Amino acid sequence: MTTGVSLAILGAALAALLAGIGSSIGVGIAGRAAAGVVTEDPEKFSKVLILQLLPGTQGIYGLLIAFIALSNIGVLGGNVRQLTTAEGLSFLMACLPMAFVGLMSAIMQGKTSVASIGVVAKKPEEFGKAMILPAMVETYAILALLVSILAIVNI
Amino acid sequence: MKQTDFTYAVARIRSKELSLLSAQSLEQLISAKSADDALRLLADKGWGAPDEPLEAEILLEGEKNRAWQTVGEMVEDMSVFDVLRIPDDFHNLKAAIKQIYTNSTLAPERLYLKNGRLDADTVRKCVSAKEFSQLPGRMSEAGLQAYETLVQTGDGQLCDVILDRAALEDMLEAGKASGSDVLDEYARMTAVSANVRIAARCAKTGKSLEFIRRALAPCGSLDVDALAHAAVGGIGAVAEYLAGTDYADGAVALQESPAAFERWCDNLIMRRLQPQKYNPFTVGPLAAYLLARENEIKCVRMVLTGKLNGMPEGTIRERLREMYV
Repeated sequence: MTTGVSLAILGAALAALLAGIGSSIGVGIAGRAAAGVVTEDPEKFSKVLILQLLPGTQGIYGLLIAFIALSNIGVLGGNVRQLTTAEGLSFLMACLPMAFVGLMSAIMQGKTSVASIGVVAKKPEEFGKAMILPAMVETYAILALLVSILAIVNI
Repeated sequence: MKQTDFTYAVARIRSKELSLLSAQSLEQLISAKSADDALRLLADKGWGAPDEPLEAEILLEGEKNRAWQTVGEMVEDMSVFDVLRIPDDFHNLKAAIKQIYTNSTLAPERLYLKNGRLDADTVRKCVSAKEFSQLPGRMSEAGLQAYETLVQTGDGQLCDVILDRAALEDMLEAGKASGSDVLDEYARMTAVSANVRIAARCAKTGKSLEFIRRALAPCGSLDVDALAHAAVGGIGAVAEYLAGTDYADGAVALQESPAAFERWCDNLIMRRLQPQKYNPFTVGPLAAYLLARENEIKCVRMVLTGKLNGMPEGTIRERLREMYV
């Protein structure tokens, strides 16, 4: 296995790892807030569950990037490409937007979800508006996902 | 991750805030025909418990205890709320000293409060055995001093002065140690309010400069020495001094009456707590909830007392505080 392949796998691993860590933190924070609301009013479970799950998408995006990267390297097919160091580094760099934006946006989205869960606790009829606020943070995770995909498929 | 420690509790408190009394709810209580009608209205709003008789004092005490119990279920380390628990400790210490001095046989539930840092029975036992060193903070030294003063002079007022000042000093210290801006500011506001009320009362009763200095608790935002000198000069001088501080708006209220100044302070605290309604992470909203509950219990007590004494609605309304929600 060449250094290039190792660097490419490192990129895929970082995308899955950092975005996954971000999502677990985000979903964890929102989950605590959701549990607080459900303790007092179990009927709000479905609404707060949706808000809790919003920061979970970054982990999925990270996984997607990792799959695409591993597939392009040939790791998934069992026929590993002999990448040069420059090519491997390109894969690594291509995975970084999703890795770092995934990490930060999931944590921030989790915090915004907590605030929105507070809105649902007091005004359940405003659930739609409450959901849009954390969903806005998702924009940046999607932008990073697009950049990572475009970069990986064009290497 | 320290900032998310209260995430669960704050979200739970958001749901609890829905049952806080609003200004409109208080208005309904004021419009009730009698104290009994007001009590029934409160029961309809979820106040009281099925096994409790619908009596004013039992209801109010029960609600205070339930508020503390709710927060106690959510927060593992209640020491963060020491600022709010210290007054109950000192109340219990004062009650224990006086009960033992007078050999009173009044039932403990009529004398002691439940939400202090220490169990009321522990405080009573320490006083009874004269083991003041077992008590925390200034309760130890001030307790001994207050007890000896009462035994030697029989002056209950002096005993109160010693303990009240120590309570304020402990609160100020606990406010700083809490790491919460809300609790720190509450402690400072309470000290300012208490100092100004003491100064106003001393001014009215013509107390000596030495007595006033002994009674006032040093706090950052007021120069207590200047306040003590002002108090010797009369209530006008106290208001004049206050006009030159951060609490200038309160000077007008003070000239009206010390009670009006206390109301002004309570309203200021409630206004400063408002941002906690939009803070999802820190201990602030929990402290705000406890203070909001204490505030509404205070207001309900005023309404019920007013109704029992046949006071006109306008007079009751004048005394009420602004609500948190």
